[in-house]
Amino acid sequence: MALTKEQIAQRIAKELQDGYYVNLGIGIPTLVANYIPNGINVTLQSENGLLGMGPFPYEGEEDPDLINAGKQTVTTIPGSVFFDSAMSFGMIRAGKVDLTVLGAMEVSETGDIANWKIPGKMVKGMGGAMDLVAAAKNIIVAMMHTNPKGESKLLPQCTLPLTGVKCIRKIVTDLAVIDITEDGFKLIERAPGVSADEIRSKTVGTLIVDGDIPEMIF
Amino acid sequence: MNKVFKNADEAVKDIADGATIMMGGFGLCGIPENCIAALVKKDVKNITCISNNAGVDDFGIGLMLKNRQLKKMIASYVGENGEFERQLLSGELDVELIPQGTLATRCMAAGYGMPAVFTLAGVGTEVAAGKEVRNFNGRDYLLEMAFDSDFAIVKAWKGDKAGNLIYKETARNFNPMMAMAGKITIAEVEELVEPGELDPNIIHTPGIYVHRIFKGTGYEKRIENRTVRKRG
Repeated sequence: MALTKEQIAQRIAKELQDGYYVNLGIGIPTLVANYIPNGINVTLQSENGLLGMGPFPYEGEEDPDLINAGKQTVTTIPGSVFFDSAMSFGMIRAGKVDLTVLGAMEVSETGDIANWKIPGKMVKGMGGAMDLVAAAKNIIVAMMHTNPKGESKLLPQCTLPLTGVKCIRKIVTDLAVIDITEDGFKLIERAPGVSADEIRSKTVGTLIVDGDIPEMIF
Repeated sequence: MNKVFKNADEAVKDIADGATIMMGGFGLCGIPENCIAALVKKDVKNITCISNNAGVDDFGIGLMLKNRQLKKMIASYVGENGEFERQLLSGELDVELIPQGTLATRCMAAGYGMPAVFTLAGVGTEVAAGKEVRNFNGRDYLLEMAFDSDFAIVKAWKGDKAGNLIYKETARNFNPMMAMAGKITIAEVEELVEPGELDPNIIHTPGIYVHRIFKGTGYEKRIENRTVRKRG
């Protein structure tokens, strides 16, 4: 069974380590916050100027001056801090953020990522994604394995305008956990009940399948 | 020198057609609502606007777009505005999309008196087209120029009559750097107090950067994505 978006987030949450500062992008990445393992203390950074982001507010307690980078109303946790956008991207650029999780339209087998523009169709802009992927030491892409047409989002080369070059090392999709190595995509884990052959058939580009690939454990 | 203006209309009175204006805010959070309304009323045209976002169809900078006042928009993310997309695809509006950190840093550079900065963001992408690339310690960086803007319009929480400003929560965002970067900086504040009433230890923008200040009224503070959790 392919994973749900919640399960993708749940799998990514297993990559969190105690003490991490983490930036979560819009969409599936935001859900990772719901699955932070017990005993692990992570601090969420929101690039609009907040470190120590808490959950959504209770109804009636929404504060229009307190939002995340997805423009959603949020709260703070004890020890949180606000800062301006220059400092926010300063800490990102300087590599202070331990993990960035973001979505993608395409990822290439060399670690290029495209997620901000479809020429002639969609022009939303890159927001903070180009800064994040250029600077972060540790980036995980959270996405569906294929697009709505059923085409692989993992490709030998991206066809859409790039967000960053050779920056992605790990992808978690609804079908698999895949590392990006010198030799291409490498299958690390399978979604429960999804075969390596199925993953291979839905992946365009080199997919290294080395021995028996374990299923993800939740 | 008196920096205190009566209202937004007075503060933006000399902004003329063709001006370049920085506008603080992230989405609809921390935007100078009063000045945007005054600029719509004044109907200045051919404006180049530097702001992280372009508002939504019926609020924020979206109001100026709807009124066809913008010639060019420099922003990082414009996803929530249908009118923006329409004007962009039809060629009515010139748009430069740049990385958010680059936007912030180009404002900061202007405020710190630096002509340009180097950044990793956008290397190897279409953002790099035509820009100088320099290698430092084995990595490529893009040379990005400081912004040059006629006016910076910012929104703060509290300000004093000397122009010192304090922002609230994430409504700070781009406001402090833009405040530092304008040839003329206009600040609208929710509370305007006498010098000495704000604790000098916690002022975010020193008054030297602020030329005009007024107490705004009727803040709507619209929420773009209202997200809540259930009690219990």
